[in-house]
Amino acid sequence: MSTTIEPTLRVETRRQPMPPRERLEQIFDIQGLDAVYGGKPAVKGVTMEVYKNLVTAIIGPSGCGKSTFIRCLNRMNDLIPSFTQTGTIRYHGQDICGSNIDAVAVRRNIGMVFQRPNPFPKSIHDNVAWGMKVLGIKDNMNDRIERALTQAALWDEVKDRLKASALSLSGGQQQRLCIARAIAVEPDVVLMDEPASALDPIATQAIEELMHNLKSEYTFVIVTHNMQQAARVADMTAFFSLEVDTADRHGILVEYAETATIFTHPADKRTEDYVTGRFG
Amino acid sequence: MSTAELSADAARRPFTGRRVRFGDLALQVVAGGAALGVTILVALIIWKVIEGARLSIQTYGLEFIWRVAWNPVLGHELYGAGSFIFGTAVTSLFALLLAAPISMGIALYLTELAPAVIRGPVTALVETLAAVPSVVLGLWGILVLGPALRTTIQPWLHDAFGFIPLFGPPSSAGASIFTAIIILTIMILPIVSSISRELFLGVPTELKEAGYGLGVTRWEVVRGVMFPYASGGLAAALILGLGRALGEAIAVTQVIGGGVGIHWNLFSGGDTLASKIAASYQGSTTKLQTASLIYLGLILLVFSLIVNLIAQWIVRRSARKHGIVRGGHA
Amino acid sequence: MSTQDLAPNPLEVRGLGRRKATNRVMEGLAWLSALIAVGILGVVIFSVARRGLPALNFDLLTKDPIPFSLTNQPQGLANAFVGTIVIVSLATLMALPVGILVAIYLNEFAPAAIRNAVTMILDILNGVPAIVIGIFVFGLFVVGHGQSGWAGAFALACLMLPLVSRSTMEILALVPNALREASLGLGVPRWRTTLSIVLPQTVGGIVTGTVLAVARVAGETAPLLFVSSFVGTQTSWNPLHALQTVPVAIFELSESPDPADHARAWAAALVLLLFILFASLSARWLANRSRRKITGR
Repeated sequence: MSTTIEPTLRVETRRQPMPPRERLEQIFDIQGLDAVYGGKPAVKGVTMEVYKNLVTAIIGPSGCGKSTFIRCLNRMNDLIPSFTQTGTIRYHGQDICGSNIDAVAVRRNIGMVFQRPNPFPKSIHDNVAWGMKVLGIKDNMNDRIERALTQAALWDEVKDRLKASALSLSGGQQQRLCIARAIAVEPDVVLMDEPASALDPIATQAIEELMHNLKSEYTFVIVTHNMQQAARVADMTAFFSLEVDTADRHGILVEYAETATIFTHPADKRTEDYVTGRFG
Repeated sequence: MSTAELSADAARRPFTGRRVRFGDLALQVVAGGAALGVTILVALIIWKVIEGARLSIQTYGLEFIWRVAWNPVLGHELYGAGSFIFGTAVTSLFALLLAAPISMGIALYLTELAPAVIRGPVTALVETLAAVPSVVLGLWGILVLGPALRTTIQPWLHDAFGFIPLFGPPSSAGASIFTAIIILTIMILPIVSSISRELFLGVPTELKEAGYGLGVTRWEVVRGVMFPYASGGLAAALILGLGRALGEAIAVTQVIGGGVGIHWNLFSGGDTLASKIAASYQGSTTKLQTASLIYLGLILLVFSLIVNLIAQWIVRRSARKHGIVRGGHA
Repeated sequence: MSTQDLAPNPLEVRGLGRRKATNRVMEGLAWLSALIAVGILGVVIFSVARRGLPALNFDLLTKDPIPFSLTNQPQGLANAFVGTIVIVSLATLMALPVGILVAIYLNEFAPAAIRNAVTMILDILNGVPAIVIGIFVFGLFVVGHGQSGWAGAFALACLMLPLVSRSTMEILALVPNALREASLGLGVPRWRTTLSIVLPQTVGGIVTGTVLAVARVAGETAPLLFVSSFVGTQTSWNPLHALQTVPVAIFELSESPDPADHARAWAAALVLLLFILFASLSARWLANRSRRKITGR
């Protein structure tokens, strides 16, 4: 039973209307994903699709497994010894959770930007160049570096000091450098785990702008605890929440729909409570 | 005592904020004296060594340092450190060359590859290797390793690579520079690997994740992210290992076979600064010979001090770069 | 637009095969290195045990050596074991108080400049080769007076001092400042605070550091060669003369051509190794325990 609610969020959005469903290409098809840390489930029973060249936001209260979920998409949780998962994640039709799938290949195509900026202790130039060099992209290096930095809206600020240490940049600049680093290797998908949470509003805006501009080349999946950000930037939004049953607390996917729908007439009461600020 | 009496008491007692308590002063003097004593001790060491070598310094001057000779025959006495500086350099540097990759391999294995259950025991085992006293390692070297090398590796190396002057004819007894190099490698391994291990553990997870996130292999993360991050500390670890090798007298003298002169054949005998002192001291016949041996000790002391100070400098510099780097603990 | 072919296999990455092979080779080398380290330790311990056990008997610990004996009279290395006990004990008695006092001064009282300077000097002392310490103590005490157990103890104390100091400083730094402030806030003077409140917290760590230092110097040979090696064969507890010690005995026996001497050397090495291993393991256990007590972790 859905009602249209007065949007309590009056936010500017440059979001264009989405193409019709039939023309959307599926990139991820996730079925029944359960993610477990050391016996304790973090998130259970997630089933959703992610579409190409869109920005998909994952929102919800803290502790409901959003980060865990997004890290499943590029097999990043493999790095944690106590982690196990069940379910399938099909990437362009191929299940990337299989034991015969090489995580290194997965991450080549699905890049990640982390919550806190983590540039390498190298120069700005080398930060962007290193990944390309290792992965064997050797042609037109300087052009590629310039392009990545431009796309990350950082080029003008650093073009005269590419040899300076990356650590000499401000937090917002460092995060944009990390984005440049990730897109320099031309992945298919860019996952972003609360990329602006450690940044000031101006830096945050720069990153949102960037996502909007690059949507046509990459697919973005972004975890954010900031609803306004999701409303501004995302085409599709997935709302996760906590389910407490007799055994444990874990996260579940409550509702997944176009952003406009989620924020104006959500189907689930829990979603409505969250986006209107009644809880969380 | 009632409250009234207590406060009256307090009022009577003058509030002596400035007076230095005798106890405080005493402790500071005694403890400070100990610190001063340590400083004096180090100065005394340097002075005594110079004094002991004085006769030889006066006789030979600085030429001693590069002269390659050691002739204790009465009437034709001539001493020089050149042969032993060469021996020290060759044994220490080759040992470091061998130990460095193996130690880092051990450290990488323990931090990145080993399953959790064997991490603890293997770490303990590697550190136990450091606890084996040099004389025991030397005993093993003379009676087990030396003969084994003489019958297996040395002839093989000589046959396969004999055209390189390093691998000349094997010695007859198994005691050789080569054996000393192997023993020194074994001694350096635990030091360098335990420091390297702590350094690798200190690389922030987020940096490693940033690397993996780009789709690179584990070795590429090690090479491109971990090594550069830890490079200062790794250099200090190597220098500390070098210091250990430089100063080792006992195990080296047990296995190195003795000899003077500069030969390139690793399978011949030789001596280092430390091993020559250990070998010849008790049989020293003249004052000049004793003073010359102490002169060797002085040169060794200078080398050790330089190495030690370089290591300290590297640790301080890299601590400034990263915040806190735990290094320099041998 | 991705430069990767998205069909037929979206996960196909050019050049990955070679990079993965390199990765596997490197992982193999790391594994091999660990094997080498463990292997070497195993071989050494095995050698010492195999050759030392047969000669390890009660006589070894209780009888004195009989030099140049051609008969199979029972002999042992009693004088060396006793000598080591005496010299190492005296060295500990010398190094422990001084080491603790230096640590207290540096951690509780010294201004930063002095702390840095003296710490640097301690590190320098730590880096002086043992054989140079031997030369030093020889020049200081032996010249003109002859060798003695005291000189040997002093030499070992010089080696122990930086180890005891450093480990005491580390554990002092772990004692929370809140504890000191609580005591000072009550009006307890500095010296009393340090000795009665702070120091007792560190006992575990000091014991650990001392045990480790003892394990280190029990096997030290080089300095003793200079200052306590001209010894008779009789067991003596008197440090005024030179005393035989286990490492020096092993050293001398290892240079001898007589296989019976070698056997005794292996046996002595076995005893020494067992002692040192036991001490190191106890120290590690003690360290974990005292760290947990202080920091609650």
